[in-house]
Amino acid sequence: MARASSPRRMILTTLAAWGVALLIFFPVLWMILTSFKTEASAVANPPELLSASWTLENYAEVWARSDYPRFFWNSVVISIGSTLLGLAVAIPAAWAMAFVPGKRTKDLLMWMLSTKMMPAVAVMIPIYLLFQRLGLFDTKTGLILALMLMNLPIITWMLYTYFKEIPGEILEAARMDGAGLRSEILYVLTPMALPGIASTLLLNVILAWNEAFWTITLTTTKAAPLSAFIASFSAPQGLFYAKLSAASTMAIAPILILGWFSQKQLVRGLTFGAVK
Amino acid sequence: MGQITLKSVRKSFGDVHVIPGVDLEIRDGEFVVFVGPSGCGKSTLLRLIAGLEDTTAGQILIDGKDATDLPPARRGLAMVFQSYALYPHMTVRKNIAFPLKMAGLSEAEQAKKVEAAAKVLNLTAYLDRRPGQLSGGQRQRVAIGRAIVREPAAFLFDEPLSNLDAALRVTMRQEISELHQALKTTMIYVTHDQVEAMTMADKIVVLNAGRIEQVGSPLDLYHFPDNLFVAGFIGSPKMNLIEGAEAARHNARTIGIRPEHIGVGSGPWEGTVQLSEHLGSDSFVKVQVDGIGVLNVRAGGEIGVHHGDRIRLNPEPDKIHRFDADGKAIR
Amino acid sequence: MSTHSTRLAARLMVAPSVILLFVWMIVPLAMTLYYSFRFYRLLTPDRTRWTSFDNYTWFLNSPDFWLAIFNTLALVGGVLVITVVLGTLIALLIDQPVKGQGVLRILVIAPFFVMPPVAASIWENLFMHPQNGLFAAFARGFGAQPILFLENYPMLSVIGIVSWEWLPFATLILLTALQSLSSEQLEAAEMDGAGAVSRFRHIILPHLTRAITVVILIQTIFLLGIFGEIFTTTQGGPGSASTTLPYMIFKQAIAAKDIGRAAAGGIIAVILANIVAYFLMRGIGKNLDA
Repeated sequence: MARASSPRRMILTTLAAWGVALLIFFPVLWMILTSFKTEASAVANPPELLSASWTLENYAEVWARSDYPRFFWNSVVISIGSTLLGLAVAIPAAWAMAFVPGKRTKDLLMWMLSTKMMPAVAVMIPIYLLFQRLGLFDTKTGLILALMLMNLPIITWMLYTYFKEIPGEILEAARMDGAGLRSEILYVLTPMALPGIASTLLLNVILAWNEAFWTITLTTTKAAPLSAFIASFSAPQGLFYAKLSAASTMAIAPILILGWFSQKQLVRGLTFGAVK
Repeated sequence: MGQITLKSVRKSFGDVHVIPGVDLEIRDGEFVVFVGPSGCGKSTLLRLIAGLEDTTAGQILIDGKDATDLPPARRGLAMVFQSYALYPHMTVRKNIAFPLKMAGLSEAEQAKKVEAAAKVLNLTAYLDRRPGQLSGGQRQRVAIGRAIVREPAAFLFDEPLSNLDAALRVTMRQEISELHQALKTTMIYVTHDQVEAMTMADKIVVLNAGRIEQVGSPLDLYHFPDNLFVAGFIGSPKMNLIEGAEAARHNARTIGIRPEHIGVGSGPWEGTVQLSEHLGSDSFVKVQVDGIGVLNVRAGGEIGVHHGDRIRLNPEPDKIHRFDADGKAIR
Repeated sequence: MSTHSTRLAARLMVAPSVILLFVWMIVPLAMTLYYSFRFYRLLTPDRTRWTSFDNYTWFLNSPDFWLAIFNTLALVGGVLVITVVLGTLIALLIDQPVKGQGVLRILVIAPFFVMPPVAASIWENLFMHPQNGLFAAFARGFGAQPILFLENYPMLSVIGIVSWEWLPFATLILLTALQSLSSEQLEAAEMDGAGAVSRFRHIILPHLTRAITVVILIQTIFLLGIFGEIFTTTQGGPGSASTTLPYMIFKQAIAAKDIGRAAAGGIIAVILANIVAYFLMRGIGKNLDA
């Protein structure tokens, strides 16, 4: 919808837009800045910016005091694992809904989404007990499974909207060319939908990375990801602002970097494929 | 071989009977065109033969064997789609090789056949491009290439030229005809364009509302239309259809006379020229004929009539088609 | 567009996800339903027994219950209103020809990358803290008393934090939708003499309907279960001032260790979610088909 406008107006809108964007981004920026200050400087009054004393000490201390690499690795395995598993289950389902739609397809999708409306807390105890019973508690497998199921409706819905953009004739051509269902999905549909699949993957990795209910409820130490790492920092040591900021920055940095580098796919993904 | 037989084939979507029942015999090597207005069921019929839809009732035989319940992959047919349906993520080479890969041919054999097909279709220079980098005509050729490498029992074409511009359409039409002469494989071609039907077909199947109106050679249909629908559909410009007293004079409910079978100068009909289009080789003249109505006349390029002129028209008596109250031809 | 065999294949392909989701939903739900009729406290696990509707009666008669329902709906409604309104305004702004649109977009979506516990603790400590927070410093700079956000305005503070987390999502969806609006339509309206307000009202807003629907649908799904932000910041307090239904259930389960009552609360929450889902689908579901 972008339209031409006078240079004067452009300067004004540019200033306004940058002002708003910086305001939205400011909390993250302030956290990152605080993480490089000394504790005293972090709580100084009035707040220090140019006069602050800068240090890397906070990171060193957070690193030394906790096993960051393990939390980080758990986060990576759980978020990527759950997303890949989710894709494996959702791609066939989305194929079916997009290319062989029935009267109930829309209802089925809505039902899937509605399962996500059930508050996690409401079923926390049964799931906790089930995970204990099945030996899934505090395991990466368990969390991969739980987060996969959590995000499955979203993954399916996103893939469905992307698949629907692909003309059915191409899949029929594959069928005429002698492709079975497996070949049709593997050699034709998946490569064609790759941008959409990439967006879905990215968004769901982020959703899984940021998930902080099941990851905390269903783990203690072994499988705990970064959400648990940060939870352990925020509780009682409330006044160690710089260290808290450093730990927070360490928890979100990987996803922040991933998000910024894959901005294009992510923006597409963030719209859940629902808006063009 | 590519002999295809349809026996009382029916197709319904719920309560909608798209094809109420079709019997058809397609001989090996024939070029058959399904033609009809949009929504007449011609594409559905093609898709039934392809196996992309299943029949509600009836039988489809390919080379004498029942193929009604076979999946498309196992019918040995190849199809060229209206949108070409090329795989956008594959190069031309991979597109053409795809059916061979699915058939489990070795890489070497695939390469050999792809090269051969590319040579026939003038695609050799484009083998490593992707469909997005090709023109409409080239894409069309790739789609055909993908079909011919399989050496199918029959080719199915679903309005393959409708996305091309007029000039290219003529060229591709000739290429497909030449391909048929070279391969001598059965081809079933769906179009709504009666010019394509007339120029390419050995046999035309005229469809209307899921029913076959007439089957025959192009000239059969032109000279001896079985009914009003075929009379009106085949031929360009369209046949003039006249009802009322003039028809009654010929002992018919309706009579038809093609624009090219009406002479200008002297004759029994007189009227006022409403519009005349001079194309150089031909002139199309629209005449308000007294007591009959508006007739289109195709005259020579040299004729100099203009709006408002009074002229006399002479229908060639042996070219008048007569139809009864049911629209059936009276012969 | 299909044959018997593709339809059969389709059913087989949908089956795993449907079955998995169904099990994931129904098994815990059935267990919750079972516990909701049991007297079951973790402190006295041996004395578990049937109590008919006692847990429900307790929950429904609890003085916190209606407040919790109100807070839950206020949280969902408040965040939706804030994100949709601000999101539309910001999207309209960014959609103008501005310098550095790419970087701008990155800055605007940044909050989405911040996991809820981190978001909550940044706001709680670095901004809203009455001594060390940035807001307090500002207030003092103007000679005013620092506002006690989490103590005096706990629900508004939580709504503010959650809105910040979800603003990028709303903005981005609305921006994407705006960008697909043809400028010709707007120019035609301008030629027809429509002012900026009526152009927004009659052309831009209708065009955004579907995008707004998606924002509401997706956000509601996530907002109904909001828990971590409250846990990190107010712990439902002061008193019960910022206790939502999920948090009330959590308090029963973890603090009071009363599984029966927590389960009854869970069932009530599921019913509430279904009511909201029903009205949501009926009210705006049709916009999705367009």
